[in-house]
Amino acid sequence: MTAPRLEVRHVTKRYPSVVANSDVSLSVAPGEIHAVLGENGAGKSTLMKIIYGAVKPDQGEVLVDGQPSRIRNPQEARALGISMVFQHFSLFETVTVAENIWLGLDRSHSLESVRERTAQKAREYGLDLEPDRPVHSLSVGERQRVEIVRALLTEPKLLILDEPTSVLTPQAVHKLFVTLRQLAATGCSILYISHKLDEIRELCSQCTVMRGGKVTGSVDPRRESNASLSRLMIGAEPPQHAPHTSSAGEVALAVRSLSLPTPDPFGVALHDISFELRVGEIVGIAGVSGNGQQELLAVLSGEQPRAPAGSVSLFGRDMSGRGPRLRRREGLHFVPEERLGRGAVPGMTLASNTLLTRARHIVGKPPLGWVAPRATAALAADIIARFQVKAGGPQAEAKSLSGGNLQKFIVGREIGAAPKVLIVAQPTWGVDVGAAAQIRGELLALRDAGCAMLVVSEELDELFEICDRLHVIAKGRLSPSIATRDASVERIGEWMSGLWSEAAPC
Amino acid sequence: MLKLEARPEASRFWRIGSPLLALALTVLIGVGIFALMGKDPLKGLAVFFWEPIKSAYALSELAIKATPLLLIALGLSVCYRANVWNIGAEGQFVLGAIAGGGVALLADGGSPRVIVFAVLAAGVLGGMLWAGIVALLRDRFNANEILVSLMLVYVAELVLAYLVYGPWKDPQGYNFPQTRMFDAVTQIPRLLKGSRINVGVLIALFGALGMWLYMFRTFGGFQLQVGGLAPAAARYAGFSSRRALWSALLISGGMAGLAGAIEVAGPIGQLTPHVPVGYGFAAIIVAFVGRLHPLGCVFAAILLSMFYIGGELAQSRLGMPKALTGVFQGLLLFTLLACDTLIGYRIRRTGRA
Repeated sequence: MTAPRLEVRHVTKRYPSVVANSDVSLSVAPGEIHAVLGENGAGKSTLMKIIYGAVKPDQGEVLVDGQPSRIRNPQEARALGISMVFQHFSLFETVTVAENIWLGLDRSHSLESVRERTAQKAREYGLDLEPDRPVHSLSVGERQRVEIVRALLTEPKLLILDEPTSVLTPQAVHKLFVTLRQLAATGCSILYISHKLDEIRELCSQCTVMRGGKVTGSVDPRRESNASLSRLMIGAEPPQHAPHTSSAGEVALAVRSLSLPTPDPFGVALHDISFELRVGEIVGIAGVSGNGQQELLAVLSGEQPRAPAGSVSLFGRDMSGRGPRLRRREGLHFVPEERLGRGAVPGMTLASNTLLTRARHIVGKPPLGWVAPRATAALAADIIARFQVKAGGPQAEAKSLSGGNLQKFIVGREIGAAPKVLIVAQPTWGVDVGAAAQIRGELLALRDAGCAMLVVSEELDELFEICDRLHVIAKGRLSPSIATRDASVERIGEWMSGLWSEAAPC
Repeated sequence: MLKLEARPEASRFWRIGSPLLALALTVLIGVGIFALMGKDPLKGLAVFFWEPIKSAYALSELAIKATPLLLIALGLSVCYRANVWNIGAEGQFVLGAIAGGGVALLADGGSPRVIVFAVLAAGVLGGMLWAGIVALLRDRFNANEILVSLMLVYVAELVLAYLVYGPWKDPQGYNFPQTRMFDAVTQIPRLLKGSRINVGVLIALFGALGMWLYMFRTFGGFQLQVGGLAPAAARYAGFSSRRALWSALLISGGMAGLAGAIEVAGPIGQLTPHVPVGYGFAAIIVAFVGRLHPLGCVFAAILLSMFYIGGELAQSRLGMPKALTGVFQGLLLFTLLACDTLIGYRIRRTGRA
């Protein structure tokens, strides 16, 4: 029997406040696609960093091809043929895609050859990527493609992928899976980190499940059901939502022939977008990232007040030139895609972060605008308790929370404002299954309470689960709407490529 | 071998400890400098750290120099927290001195005592005007505020020179470039008889309290800081970045101008080309050593004031160049920046030889 490509033996890693990995073992054979499944905070990322040499374990060892690995840093890992696509990107924003990739390779390559190979790899794997675009103009999804291509260029023996599909269309996911299987057939082992049960069951032949830093199971996912996997992962089955029956009411948010050119040469111009959002319904906007979602959301939230007059109205009142604060006063709240730095100030406490959008009720009258620390702390404590946010308390800094918990806090902050219209971008991006189910449940409850809701997401499963109607955005244009019960993943997937007939049923 | 390793979260200990370690290193390097120059290091240190606090008179001088440093640094702290890099407080200080001095020159023996308020208000407005130019150019033309504010320092000094060499020159001043001494009625009230210490020091301390309240207890101060820490979050919340820019610059300009007025209507008592002695620049160091926090600024202002006095004493007592003040200021800032690494990183000994 040949030695496993990768073997992790009894690895333990303690951080000052938490044991991230406790006696973790796993083994990956050559050519195997091995899933690591677990909630956020289960210790998956720490384990990957240990394998990749970015973090040293306190105990235990990592063997590569049967040899004890002495990987001290990512360069040595790459030299051993281990390559990783991180969930959080490590790209320089000011330079182009090709230059970013070039920087990660050793000096023997010319930029020109890297450009060509980048374009070629991208084509080979069906990843749409322009090597000459500066990274700052790329959306989250496009940046991830850069990372994937960068990893593939090193011709790895072991490829680690951290939540790679969250920003791909179903067709692209399918393509990626074909490629990954191809890659595995050449003998390359793949460690696939995900919380998407369907994907793991479709793609992987072996699955290590983690919970709270420990391995809770090592199974063949093809023989498991979603329910049994999720029991291993979170100790319970995710709640099921009852189907929605009540009908929608008056028009809350209306967008009429919104066209907006973009000042950024790599931004997306919006073309003639029209839609309506009614009280008591959730409308979803699907699409691959970088197709105008950011631009549309900025117009709707008021962060971009340059929209033509009359193009955005709330309950019949024109809002196009109004900023976010005035829109909030009219009942429109917004949860942005970026949590740190936009939805919350990283270095400020949760208590202070409530002031971003909830100041109106807890701040004294201008010009003094007195801030009572007790009021902000009470509000933060309230949100923490109601949404079961795992945090050190109202005085914890926003950046100390995990992504999922911060998302719960931000969503909770906006829901707690009892909005009449709520716009949510990527409600559960990078959030673990338990927290995602909770967030979706809260959104549905708010809808039932009469809120009009717009959800922009790249996760189709999620849109199908909670939305009443769906639109698709592609290249700055918006498709007609389709009732979720009449839609299929294939059809929406086609629309995501910009192919829809204007006469589709509304 | 030693290695820097990123901390999982910023160290609270080193946020406070870093300025203290920086001070210790500055002292250590200072000892080296004294020794290299053939002076007794102990005497040198005593001049900087003991002489300025050993008597009531010394303490009052310390307070007089700390007052403008603190006032300016408070304003700069707000500015830097808003991510607006005003480094021209020296120029705003000079304009405050000119405006305050201009009002003081209007007074004569028959003026009411309340004219002091007019002097101070003129100082504030003068500083605001100078900082307002920076805000306007940044707002309207996106001109870099660092360059604009710095260059306006030299313009302010030339304006001052023009006035004291020209129209405002004292006719009975033997052609010295200076105005007449201001009338006693414009004099900032003194706190104690026989000492130069005046109510300016109280204004500065109340300023520290006021600035703390503004930064940490008002929505305006909060908006300013969000704009500095996370511009996207400020946009998301709907806080105006233009308003933040203007308030940050007007506050810091006003504070620097106030310091200028207190300086000329207090210890100096007239306008001369030597009004600017670098308080505006030293206050940048005060603001950073004080962690952009009002309380920290109080301590840092006292420390930098010691350096000023120590530098002068080193010149008169030990025959060392006065540039030593600047050397110590620079050393402190330099070591502080180095020590601040410890807030985000820790030093680890690695096994390799």
